[in-house]
This record gives sequence, C-alpha cells and structure tokens, in this order.
Amino acid sequence: MQYVDEFRDPDKARALVRQIEALLARIPAARDRPLQIMEFCGGHTHTIFRYGIEQMLPERIEMVHGPGCPVCVLPMGRVDDCIAIAARPGVIFTTFGDAMRVPGSKKSLLQAKADGADVRMVYSPLDALELARRHPDREVVFFALGFETTMPSTALTVQQAEREGLRNFSLFCNHITTVPTIKAILDSPDMQIDGFLAPGHVSMVVGEAPFAFVARDYRRPIVITGFEPLDILQSLWMLIRQMAEGRCEVENQYARVVPKGGNPPGLQAIADVFELREFFEWRGLGSIDHSGVRMRERYAAFDAERRFAVPNLRIADPKSCQCGEVLKGTIRPWECKVYGNPCSPQAPLGALMVSSEGACAAYYNAGHRTRRVQLDPRLSARLETAA
Amino acid sequence: MNAPESTPLRRSGTISGDRITLSHGSGGRAMRDLIDDVFVRIFDNPLLAPLEDQARIDLAALAAHGSRLAMTTDSYVITPLFFPGGDIGKLAVAGTVNDLAVSGARPLYLTCGMIIEEGLPIAELRRIAESMQATAQAAGVRIVTGDTKVVPRGGADKLFINTAGIGVIPHGVDIRADRARAGDLVLVNGYIGDHGAAVVDARGELALDSGVASDCQPLAGLIADMLAACPDVHCMRDATRGGVATVLNEFAQASRCAIRLDEDALPVRESVRGVCEILGLDPLHLANEGKIIAVVAPEHADAVLAAMRAHPAGRDSRIIGRVDAAPQGTVLLATHFGGDRVVDMLFGDQLPRIC
Repeated sequence: MQYVDEFRDPDKARALVRQIEALLARIPAARDRPLQIMEFCGGHTHTIFRYGIEQMLPERIEMVHGPGCPVCVLPMGRVDDCIAIAARPGVIFTTFGDAMRVPGSKKSLLQAKADGADVRMVYSPLDALELARRHPDREVVFFALGFETTMPSTALTVQQAEREGLRNFSLFCNHITTVPTIKAILDSPDMQIDGFLAPGHVSMVVGEAPFAFVARDYRRPIVITGFEPLDILQSLWMLIRQMAEGRCEVENQYARVVPKGGNPPGLQAIADVFELREFFEWRGLGSIDHSGVRMRERYAAFDAERRFAVPNLRIADPKSCQCGEVLKGTIRPWECKVYGNPCSPQAPLGALMVSSEGACAAYYNAGHRTRRVQLDPRLSARLETAA
Repeated sequence: MNAPESTPLRRSGTISGDRITLSHGSGGRAMRDLIDDVFVRIFDNPLLAPLEDQARIDLAALAAHGSRLAMTTDSYVITPLFFPGGDIGKLAVAGTVNDLAVSGARPLYLTCGMIIEEGLPIAELRRIAESMQATAQAAGVRIVTGDTKVVPRGGADKLFINTAGIGVIPHGVDIRADRARAGDLVLVNGYIGDHGAAVVDARGELALDSGVASDCQPLAGLIADMLAACPDVHCMRDATRGGVATVLNEFAQASRCAIRLDEDALPVRESVRGVCEILGLDPLHLANEGKIIAVVAPEHADAVLAAMRAHPAGRDSRIIGRVDAAPQGTVLLATHFGGDRVVDMLFGDQLPRIC
C-alpha cells in the first residue's frame, strides 16, 4: 500500500536499530538502570505495541508510556456528567467510539445507552452537527475530547453552528492541553525520564515552539515523532544521537506533516472558541494547572456545561491505584499493586487500563496478565514455510 | 367427503400486496399465503411440502453417513440486509452449514425461523428466500421446516433469521479445539477480514467505496475435500465474529499451546488493509463468513493445502502459522516490521479510535 508500506520497511528498521546500538555505545552507562524514554502520545503507544517495537530495541532503552491517551485520563466524574446529560429527555449524545467504554463511577456510556439514553457514535464533530440539522426538535450534544489535535475540528464545528444559527447543538468540552501536562511530569520529584518523543498530531497544530522549554529548562532532548513504526525508530535514533552528542534540543522527525509554526488557522479557531481553565482534573495524575480548556463566554450558547446543569462531582481515583508512578516511569505497569488483579481492561481501576492505548492495558493485552512478567521479550514466530 | 389423493383440497395460496403486514403473522389465511407463495415455493422439497409441524427424517438414511449427529443453531441479524457479496439469507444458510461442517459433519437439513418487521417489502423477502435456497443447493442441504413471526414496526430491525441444522459426522473424524499439538501447522482458506470490511463499507457511514465484497459462502464442499485428503484434521473452526484472532485464541487455550503467526503469510487484501488503516481496526479481529482455520499435523499439511487450493472456496489457501508448546494459551504474531506481539481475543466490539 503506497504511503504506508514505505514506513514499515523491515530492512530500514534493522538498519536503524543497528545505528541506535552504535550511538548507545558512545553514551557511558552512568547508572545501573536503562535510559528511559517517554512517548507522550497514546497513538505512539499503539504503534509500539502493534509492531512489537519494544522487542526490537536494545535492552538499554526502556519506553515509558505517557498519559497522552485522552480517553484514559478522563476522570470518572466527567464520564458521570456525560451520562447525566445523555439521560436527559430529548438529548442525542454523540461521542467518538472509544469513549463509549470508559467507566464512570457507576457505568459507562455504553451501559447508559443500554439503559435507554440516546448515545450515538460519530466519526467527526461534523456528523454531530448534521444530526442537529436533521433533528431540530432534539438537543444534540457532542462529547468533545482530545488534546490540541482534535481542538480545531471542534472549534470550527462550533463556528459553523453559530453561522447557521443552530440552537440545538452544544459541546461538552473536555479538551486537554499537552504542554502543562508534560511540565507537570517533569516537575514531579520522582521523575526519571531521560528524553521525550513529542506527539506528532498535537505538534501539527501547535508547532515546535511550545516544546522548547523541555530542552531549555529541563535539559531533556525531545523529538516530534510520527506514527508509523519507522517514525518511532528514527525518532529514537535522533534522541539517542542528541544524548551521544551532549545536545538538548527540540527536533522534528515528522517534518512531512508538522510545520515549524504549526497550523495558524487551526490555532486561531482554537483561540476564538476556547480559553484555558485554571486547572483540570486528570485520571491518574490529579489536578494539573491550565491543562484543560473551556468555551469562551461568547459561545456560551453552545456550551453544554452551561446549558445543562451537570453534577460536576469529583470522584477520587482508587487509593490502591499507582497510575501516577507508572506514568512517571518510577514503576513499570506490571509492578503496580493492583495490576491484573483486580485492575484489568475488563474492570479498570486506573486510567492506564481504560483504553487499549493506556500503558497498562497495552501490556495486559500483550500477554502480561499478572504481576509476574510472563513473556520472553525476544520471541520469534517467523515461519520457515512462509513464501 | 374424502378427496382423491391426486386432487388436494387445499390450493397453494398466493400473496397479495407489496409489504408484510401484521396479518401475515396472524396464523390465518394471509400467513398461509405467505408461506405457500414464498417459502414452500422457493424452498421446494418433499420434506417441507406436507407442511406438518415438524420435518420427519428417516433414521436409517442418516445413519448411512456416519455414527454421530451434529446439531447447531445460529441467529442472523445484520444491517444492511443486502451487502456486497451476499445478503442475510445467504448468511443464514452458509453460517449454519459452516458451523456443522467444521466438525467434519456432512450438513443435511436446516430449519428456517423468520422474525419479520411489519412493512418489509415482500419482494425483498422473496429475494432473501431465493438466496437461501441457492446457497442451500450449493451446500447440498435442504430447508425442511420453518416458522414465521411478524412483529410491529420497531419490534425488530427489518428481518431476523434463525437457522438450526443437523448433519452427520463420518467415522474416523475427530475435530476438536483441544487437539492442536506442537509442530502442527495452521491453515486458512483465503483472504481474511473481507466480510467485516464489506459490512462496514456497506453501511455507508464513511463513504469509503472500498470495493470489498463479503466472503459469505458455504464451506461444506471444501471441508469434505480436506477430510478426503486427511481425515485426521486436529482443529477446525470458521472465523466469524471476533475474527481469526478469536478462533486461534480458543485453540491455544483449549489445547494449552502457543500459536505463532507470521504477518507476512497472512492473506489480507489491500482494500481491506486500507479500511483497517483508516478506521484503526485489525484484520485479525474482522469477521469472516467464508473462512475456516484448520490445524493439521505437519506431515499432512501439504496434502490438505493442495486439496484446499483445488476447491473454488480455497484457491487462496495458505499456511499462516504453527503450533508451539509455549507460552501456553497465547497467540503471537511476528510482525512484518520485525517485532513480535501478542494477538488477543477481541473484548466487545472494535471501536474506532479518537485520533
């Protein structure tokens, strides 16, 4: 398949791994633990597991899977709010598919749908807008979530709704921001991360500049990274090269998609519709300053939070949950006290078990069913018979 | 009062109107007309024709095929009713035939229960019944008894079909999920994921126009040829909902073994890969309606593969993996890229990812 297979070439992958090994030899082993590299974005986590990249890497590199899965980090209280809105008579509640299964304190949207709420899966906020046009007698609410990646499309949808004078369309805004969250991770005292893969799609919107502080203020190299498996390997190579050469910079591996300045019209739409909240609650990480956005006063008519009284209760994460430590690389997913039992993808306690992009769920689905590590990391299933 | 045998008292009814109404499920004459004019006419066979409340099957004739009876049932619910490569009727016959055939049984008789939503165009029902009959003929089975219910609008989604089937397992065949042994090879009879991709596309929500057609087909003939080449097939299932990944996990768990797949050996059409790339789906989890996974001892693999490739339903058959002793209960995939990953069972539906 053109534009796909080129980025999954096994020969290029092997060559990159050899080059990474060569660079690693130039970095003195200053301590007894591996180099920890965090991929912030859940999309990267997905790629790493789907292509088995961890098994290909030298043992000195350990991937730490970050909080960049917007579905995982959604606090239970917000899911409860969604369900409260969805259960109102006359409401059509629209959402991206993978948010359907996120557990609230009592149930998920999928269960609320079974209980009779009109919850519908959409592929784009524009699908929700179309529903609003088709059902003028119903209140159509779009569950807006995601990092800066999805903000422009929701912002443009709201602007479109305003232009059309639609009165039955609103957003339940749960958009979150990347940079304050990376900063919160960097500021935590037990942080051990040596370098970062920055999220490619977020960067496509915000550009390179917002990540400069990571290199400048925290002395950690950071590489903006694409989502194909060769993108990940090439970015790791760029990151290790910075370390070998003693540099700390923002580099852009995903230049075929990410312009240095991001997407100015997208940023403009975001600035027009949204403003920063003082703080936002994250499942697993707690409250982080300026880590979410809400709708500006000017668009109050399209703000589901203002239009419907939502319970807005804060539901604390279970005390036994160690998602925060996993996210910071202090412990590995399977070292958490509740990993596998009772916390599993079927009955997640913590954020990282919620979606397949969460670090714990990814390990669990990859066969690490209990706290004991079961898998030989260097398996070979290659068939001699395959032609 | 007794009429001569050659002139039956009751004439075959003819249905009037364009759409199914509640009266077609009333038990009265309208229902009789529907059954006569659609089902009896199309399914035409001597076991159904007497319209008794049950089909009566000669035991001695059954026993000639083998010593064990296989029996199965499945209900078919699909939107849309017609999709590229098939329709709900073809699905309802092929699905139950395949559930019988993967035990090694020769499928013989099916039942047909229909739950029809008021308002279904009769022409569509007729097309579906014709498709059922054509599929039954291709598979060598007969539809010998049935039931019709009509529910008010909203009580069902256009049409639900239940088919049950019986078949007879020949002597010397013992196909079970727990018989995979280290060293065995894993075979599939062609491209995977076609049905799942075709149905996603046919729903039209995404305007993908992938051109993929469902692989919906009865596999009784293919499986009979495989068993003729090697009666001792260890495991066999059709990879329907949950896809190839689910069947392989069932084998690995039941047999307490590992199954190792080679991504390069997996037959996946470019168009299906495309649908999966766009929606973030995994072809190993997509439904198939005409694909079986078979596990056979290595010394028989070539003969079975040759028999499969010689059959129209198995032209693109391939060996896709092998069975290993450990890690028990696990399915592993060597990715084209060079890494390895575990292929898990699907939990719930595959949901498109946010970004």
